[in-house]
Amino acid sequence: MRLQPVDVEVRGLHRRFRDTVAVADLSLLIERGEFFTFLGPSGCGKTTTLRMIAGLLEPDEGEVRFDGRDVTRVPPWHRNIGMVFQNYALWPHMTVHENVAFGLVERRVPRGEIGGRVEEALRLVGLEGMGGRLPSQLSGGQQQRVALARAVVIEPALLLLDEPLSNLDAKLRVQMRNELVKLQRQLGITTIYVTHDQEEALMLSTRVAVMHRGHLMQIGSPQDVYERPADPFVADFLGGANFLAGEVQSVTGGGVAVALEGGEVVRASAARNTGFAPGDRVTVCLRPEALELVPADEAAGGGNLLHGVLRLRNYLGWLMTCEIELRGGALIRAQAANPRVQLRFAEGAPIAVRFSPEDVLLLRNPA
Amino acid sequence: MDPGHAALMALLLAILGVFVVLPIGAVLKVALTGAEGGVTLSHLARFFVTPLYMESLANSIVAGLWTVAIGTVLALPLAFVVARYDFPGRMLVVTLATLPLVIPPFVGAIALMQIFGRAGTVTLLAQDLFGLRLNIMEGLRGIILAQALHFFPFIFLTVTTALVNVDRSLEEMGQMMGAHGWRLQRRVVFPLVLPSYVAGALLTFVKAVDDIGTPFILGFKNMLGPQAYLRITTVGRDDVDGYVICVIMVIISIVCVLASNWIVSRREYATLQTGARAPEQGRTLRGWRLAGVLGLCAAIIGAGLVPHLGVVLLSFSKVWSLSYLPSAYTLGNFAEIFLRAPRFVVNTLVYSVGAALLAVVLAAAIAYLLQRGRVPGKGVLDWIAMMPIALPGVVVGVGFLRVFYGITLPGIDQPLAATWVIFVLAYMVRRLPYALRASHAALHQVHPSLEDAAGVSGAPRLRAFRRVVLPLILGGVVAGGVLVFVTAAVEFSATIILVSRIEQSPLAYGIYVYSQSALGRGAAAALGVVAIVIVALGTYLANRLSGRGKMAFTL
Repeated sequence: MRLQPVDVEVRGLHRRFRDTVAVADLSLLIERGEFFTFLGPSGCGKTTTLRMIAGLLEPDEGEVRFDGRDVTRVPPWHRNIGMVFQNYALWPHMTVHENVAFGLVERRVPRGEIGGRVEEALRLVGLEGMGGRLPSQLSGGQQQRVALARAVVIEPALLLLDEPLSNLDAKLRVQMRNELVKLQRQLGITTIYVTHDQEEALMLSTRVAVMHRGHLMQIGSPQDVYERPADPFVADFLGGANFLAGEVQSVTGGGVAVALEGGEVVRASAARNTGFAPGDRVTVCLRPEALELVPADEAAGGGNLLHGVLRLRNYLGWLMTCEIELRGGALIRAQAANPRVQLRFAEGAPIAVRFSPEDVLLLRNPA
Repeated sequence: MDPGHAALMALLLAILGVFVVLPIGAVLKVALTGAEGGVTLSHLARFFVTPLYMESLANSIVAGLWTVAIGTVLALPLAFVVARYDFPGRMLVVTLATLPLVIPPFVGAIALMQIFGRAGTVTLLAQDLFGLRLNIMEGLRGIILAQALHFFPFIFLTVTTALVNVDRSLEEMGQMMGAHGWRLQRRVVFPLVLPSYVAGALLTFVKAVDDIGTPFILGFKNMLGPQAYLRITTVGRDDVDGYVICVIMVIISIVCVLASNWIVSRREYATLQTGARAPEQGRTLRGWRLAGVLGLCAAIIGAGLVPHLGVVLLSFSKVWSLSYLPSAYTLGNFAEIFLRAPRFVVNTLVYSVGAALLAVVLAAAIAYLLQRGRVPGKGVLDWIAMMPIALPGVVVGVGFLRVFYGITLPGIDQPLAATWVIFVLAYMVRRLPYALRASHAALHQVHPSLEDAAGVSGAPRLRAFRRVVLPLILGGVVAGGVLVFVTAAVEFSATIILVSRIEQSPLAYGIYVYSQSALGRGAAAALGVVAIVIVALGTYLANRLSGRGKMAFTL
C-alpha cells in the first residue's frame, strides 16, 4: 500500500445546531502521519468536528485545509479519506469483499486489480479468506476489522475514526486498540480519532485535543495533558482530580506554600508550579492516586499531611477508592492500587492523607 | 438548506398540491360558497334540516356503530384466546381469522344475499324446517352484517397485537398484589389494551362509513356516501348538496382519525417500557377447556368465512334460485369475465399497477426528504401526503371530478376526468399514505451512516443512493407498492363516482353492474373471486417482502 498522507489544518471552524453552538472557533494543525485524538464528553463537539473534516457536515464559518489546499466546499467523495463509523456502517446487502471493494469501484480501479487490493486490505486486518461472508455473519470485532479494511483499501490521505471501539466489549477493545496503533504506525497515515475514553486517547495518540462544550480546552501530548492539565475540567476529565481552594502564602526555591481555606498549609514543588506570587488565589489539584492514607498520628516527613475522617471505602479488589472528609469540610477522593494497607482503616476513623509536593498541581483561578 | 433537496421538495409540493390539496379544496369551496360568493354556512345548515340527509347521517352512523359492536363481539374472544392460551392450531386460527379482510365487503354482500337474503339458503332452511320467516339482509341489517364480517379481523389484529405486547411483569405485579383470573384481566389487562382497542374501533368505524359499495350492492341508498353519489350523478356536478354531504363525511372521518392517532400516541406507557419482557407462551389447554376454545374459534372463523364460501359457490353456479345450493354448475361465469368481457379485469390491472408505480416513486421521494432532507418546512409534505387517510373515497372521487373535468390535456378532446388516467391518479392519491408508511419504515432501517460511509468511500450522492440506499429499501418500498395495488384493485367508493363509460370501468364497478341483474350475479361472483385472489396473493407478497407480519392490514 502506498499512501500519501496529508496534514490537516482547521481555521476558525464554527458550527451551530439551531441555538446551540456545537463547535466554536476551532483552529488547529494536525501534522502529517500524526495520530491525533479529539477527546471529550458527549456533546463536546468532537464528532461534529470530525464530520466537518470529513465533509459530511458543512461548517457555518471557517475552513478545512489538506496540505494547505482549501477543501471546505469539497464533497466527501472527492476528499480521498477513509472513515470508520461508530456503528461500522457496513452495508448489510454486500459481502465483506463487496464492502471493501466499494471505494475501489467508485474510483474506477481496473477490475483485475480490485481483487488483489481487497485481499491485501483484508490480510492487513487479519481477515484473509473472509471475503464471501455477509456482515451479519461476523462478530463485532470482525465487523470492526472490515470497516477498517474498507477505510484503508482506497489508500486514503487521511483516516478518520469516530469512536470505533465503543461498541466492543472491554477485552476486545483493548486488543483492537493495540492492533489499531500497530496498523497506524505501519501505514504512517495521518489519523484523526474521536473518543470519550481517556485511556484510549492517552494510549493511542501522539497528541490529544481535549474539548468541552464546543471549545478546545487544551492540546498537547498525552503526557502534557495528563501531567499539566490547563484547567480543572481537563484535570478532572483525564484521570479525575480533587480540587481545594487556597491562597499562595510564600514562594521560595524549595517550593510554593499554599494556605487552604481550612487553615492547613500545602507545599507544592516550585519546579512544577512556576510563576506564582504570594497572594494569588489558586486551586490545588490533587490526583486521587497520589494520595496515601496513613494513621492520623503519622508524621509528615518530607511530604504534605492533611487530616480528616474516612467516610467511605469502595473495595474493587485490585483497587480501592476512599472518600475522606477533611477538617475544613471538603471531601476528597483517594485511590490505592494495592489496597491491603488501606483496608486497616475503618469507615468513620480519623485518618490522614499524605502526598509529595511533586504531586501538587496549582491552577491559577481565572481573574 | 440544500438546493437539490429544495428543488425536489418544490416538485413534490406541486404534485401533492394538484392531486391532494386542490380536489379537497374544491369540495370545501363549493360547499362553503354562497350564491353571491363569499363564505357561508347556509348550505351546511340546510343539511341538518333536510329529513333525507338527517336520516342518511343517522343510518351511516348507526351502521358504523353496529359494525364495530358486532365486530367487537366476534373479535375480542378470539383475540384473548389466541393471545393467552396455547393450543394446537393456534397459528392456523390467526391466519384464518385475518382471511375476511381479503374479501371486499361489497363482494361479500353478494354472497350474503345468496345465503341470508329473502330466498337465501339459511332463510329457506329456516322456513322449511322451523316455519320461521327470517329477514336478515333487509335494509341496514344486511349492510351491518356484511361489514362486520369483513372488518372484525381489523379489531382482532389490533387487540391481539396489544395483548401480546403487554409487558408480562405488569401482569405479574398485578398477581403479586393479589389479583388473578378474571379480576387480573379486568383490573390490569383490559385497561392496558383498551387504548389499542378504541383506536382500532375508531378506524373500523371510519372505514365502515366510507364503504359505499355494500349499500350499493344491497340497494340501500339512504346513507351518506350513496346520497353524495346520487346528488352528483343525477342532479349534476354543480349540485351543492353533494359537496355538503362530502364535507360532513370528511368531518366524521377526520375527527375519528385524529382521535385514534391521539389515543395511539398516548398508548406507549402500556407497552414500550425499557426492560419490558417478551410475553411468555400462553397457558397450555387440555380437556373440556380445549374443546370449548376450539369450538369458539371454529364458530367465529366459520362465520367470517361464510362470504368466501358463498362467493366461490356462486361463481361456479349456473342456476341458484329458490334452492339451498346451486342446482346447476358451470364455468361460464369465468368465461364471461375473462373471454367475453375481459375489460374489467384488464382495466383493474392497468389502473392498479399504474397507481402503485406512481405512489411508490412519490412515496420514496417524500420519505427520503422527510428523513434525510436538509430543507425547512418538510413536515408539510408528510402532513399533506398522509391526508388521504382521513378522506373518504367518495370525497376523493367528487373532488377529482370537480377539478379535472375542467382540464383538457392537449391532443385529447375530452376532459381529463373522462379518461382512464383519472382512475390511476385517484387510486394513487387514495393509497399514497400506505406507500409512504412503507417507504418510511424501510428507510428508517437504513442508518444515515451507511450513506455517509458511501460518500466517504467516493460515491457521490446519487450513486450512494443507487448502490446503498435503494437496494436496502427496495423490499419495503415494493411491499408498499403491492399494498397500493391490492387496495386499488378493489376500490369502489372513488370508482363509482369517476366511471363515465362502461368500457373504462374496473372490476369493482363491474361487480356492481353484474350484480344488479339476477342473471349476472354469477359473473359478479366470478369477478369477486378474481378480487379475492388478487388481494390474497398481494397481501401474502407484501408481508413476505416487508419481512414482517401484520403490516399489510395495519391501516
